[in-house]
Amino acid sequence: MSGAIEAEMRRETMATVAKPMDNYLEAYGELRALERREPEWMRNLRDEAWELFREKGFPTTHDEDWRFTSVAALARTPFRRAASHAAVTAKQIEAHRLDGSACRLVFVNGRFAPGISDARSLPAGLEICSLARALDCGMEGCAPTGIEQQLGGYADVHRDVFVALNTALWEDGAYLRIRRGAAIKQPVHLLYVTASGDEARMIHPRTLVIVEDASQVAVVEDYVSLGEGAAMCNSVTELVAGQDAAVSHYLVERENLASFNLSTLRVELGRGARLASHSMLLGGGLVRNNVHPVLAGEGAECLVNGLFVGEGRQHLDNYMLVEHAKPQGSSRQFYNGILDEQAHGVFHGRIVVHPDAQKTDAKQTNRNLLLSDEARIDTKPQLEIHADDVKCTHGATIGQIEEEALFYLRSRGLDEVAARNLLLYAFAAECLERMHEAPARAFAEALIRKRLLEMARRAHPAARLADQDEKAQNWEEVG
Amino acid sequence: MALLEIEDLHASVDGHEILKGVNLTLNAGEVHSIMGPNGSGKSTLAQVLARRETYAVTQGRVLYDGKDLLGMKPEEAACEGLFLAFQYPVEIPGIGNAYFLRTAMNAIRKYRGEDELDAMDFLPVFRERLKLLEMDDALMNRSVNEGFSGGEKKRNEILQMAMLEPKLAILDETDSGLDIDALRIVAHGVNAMRSRERAFLVITHYQRLLDFIVPDFVHVLVEGKIVRSGGPELALELEEKGYGWTEAQAQPA
Ligand SMILES: Nc1ncnc2c1ncn2[C@@H]1O[C@H](COP(=O)(O)OP(=O)(O)OP(=O)(O)O)[C@@H](O)[C@H]1O
Ligand SMILES: [Mg+2]
Repeated sequence: MSGAIEAEMRRETMATVAKPMDNYLEAYGELRALERREPEWMRNLRDEAWELFREKGFPTTHDEDWRFTSVAALARTPFRRAASHAAVTAKQIEAHRLDGSACRLVFVNGRFAPGISDARSLPAGLEICSLARALDCGMEGCAPTGIEQQLGGYADVHRDVFVALNTALWEDGAYLRIRRGAAIKQPVHLLYVTASGDEARMIHPRTLVIVEDASQVAVVEDYVSLGEGAAMCNSVTELVAGQDAAVSHYLVERENLASFNLSTLRVELGRGARLASHSMLLGGGLVRNNVHPVLAGEGAECLVNGLFVGEGRQHLDNYMLVEHAKPQGSSRQFYNGILDEQAHGVFHGRIVVHPDAQKTDAKQTNRNLLLSDEARIDTKPQLEIHADDVKCTHGATIGQIEEEALFYLRSRGLDEVAARNLLLYAFAAECLERMHEAPARAFAEALIRKRLLEMARRAHPAARLADQDEKAQNWEEVG
Repeated sequence: MALLEIEDLHASVDGHEILKGVNLTLNAGEVHSIMGPNGSGKSTLAQVLARRETYAVTQGRVLYDGKDLLGMKPEEAACEGLFLAFQYPVEIPGIGNAYFLRTAMNAIRKYRGEDELDAMDFLPVFRERLKLLEMDDALMNRSVNEGFSGGEKKRNEILQMAMLEPKLAILDETDSGLDIDALRIVAHGVNAMRSRERAFLVITHYQRLLDFIVPDFVHVLVEGKIVRSGGPELALELEEKGYGWTEAQAQPA
């Protein structure tokens, strides 16, 4: 190859890389031009975050936290802010309703859509509005006191450039406050809709949930696509649970296969507070699910529960970081993965026990079913223990659907699709059993059933059975 | 017409020929017993009949109820009324016993063009059969065979058989691992199902099962071939003389 052509090609690649980064600058400029009535501290946060993003750029697979997930395709795509409100009707989102929810806030392309939301009769003790509204200095009674300590106070812009990008570019999201001692019985449904258009869209939802002492709530964050176009959804949720508060958080990712979905859940748990985090990754092309609880008060407890189901070329990355900062905390991580075709799953389970956190009891389990030869899972436990009196265990398994089990079910009359589906469902149901809010669980169950049935139907029985013989090792301990 | 007609059946696993020309005919209403030393191919025969695809049929044919059994998938054979009680019943974590049974019954009913059973239709029959087999209700809410004792697993196979009401039931060493009381209960369950329309193929090593389930015919399978057939007295003879005696006869020397 001649030097001239090589130089030309290098210019080409540089151009394609440089141009997409411009789109973020453009979005940042557009946002500033909106001159929103935000408090100054928020503007400062954004500026700081923007500088960090600009300096660092996107991570590469040389970055330890991104070893198994390349965001090159994301970096190459020139995502843009959605310029105007997309017209989404109540009818279009009817299929996505969560029966039995206390209220529903809908965000379309990152902006609050009051017309299709439903927060008419709220239970006592629940305050909810859009985050942009909560921060709008021109509104009476808004910008709740203390919010500047909370918003941006937990999600770390230095740790993760996607958090920085979200902080710089978020336009809206939900703001919830559960009053001291209030028990909100029904789940709160937050529906984030990406309505794809001609060009690749990006949205950066930002959610803040304040759960005051001894109160209780379940929040369902639900990410869906309308249309088949490419989009990036990069969300950050900060959830602050006071003393003895009990919070359940559900993440449902069911966007289209052209979507990039990155989400960060950062939870701060006070003394004796309890968290149950449930993640269900059922859709999306490239998904990165960060769950980061910090057990910041003595005797806090957390359950980190998840299911990821991928096929085609889906890439589903789960990055768990459970930090024990105070004594007597307990954490349980259970993630189950089902991967078919060329799907690639990642489970990175970090547990950090700080010097203060004596008597910590931390456990982590990752179980995976690989349904094809080309499906792949990278599972990586990472324990960093700086206290001496702790119990920490981890384990991972990788297996296939066992031919023997399949034959047993078929010998009783179930056809192959039904038998396969039943076995997949049984595996997935382990995660459902850990969900305690009936409406949210029923919602999750219906989505999981639907997803698995699609998969069972698409399976190629003949080819699959031939595979089984070679992979008779079945449940293999890998961790 | 015979219910099951096996002609010159050859089958192999991973290239090893295990069945080397089995011939056997069963009529509705009959109970046949197959005996034979370990590794002689009894389970292989049972699994081939239940259509397990990991066993390759290399020669022969099998007519079941006038239809080509070897052309059927496992679920088709099951829906046509063939049932295999496994020598080693499989544990299926995460699927409740009662739910599984109802799903199986409905799959079969659907195949036959019958209406689905709802819980109201299902429960009374289920309770009655549980009682017949003296099984604990609590087991039924647990996952299929998970954490069951060996005896519980075998009884669960017979419970499934009693619920699915097959035309041809193949019992593969259902008696091994049972104590004498459990054996009596299982045999009682089987005898309660004997009828003119139904046939049984009972694989066992022991005469003690055949004391309870008295067969019409006994066959001896050695090295993939039936080397002797006779009446119930053949089992007694085997008990006395061992398989060496039949094996010696099988070798043309
Ligand atoms: N999957 C397999 N791969 C290789 N060989 C096999 C396989 N399954 C069975 N065999 C072999 O086939 C032969 C027959 O096995 P089979 O289980 O049919 O015997 P059996 O008569 O039922 O014995 P038992 O009385 O011990 O139950 C044995 O030698 C066994 O090792
Ligand atoms: Mg056997």
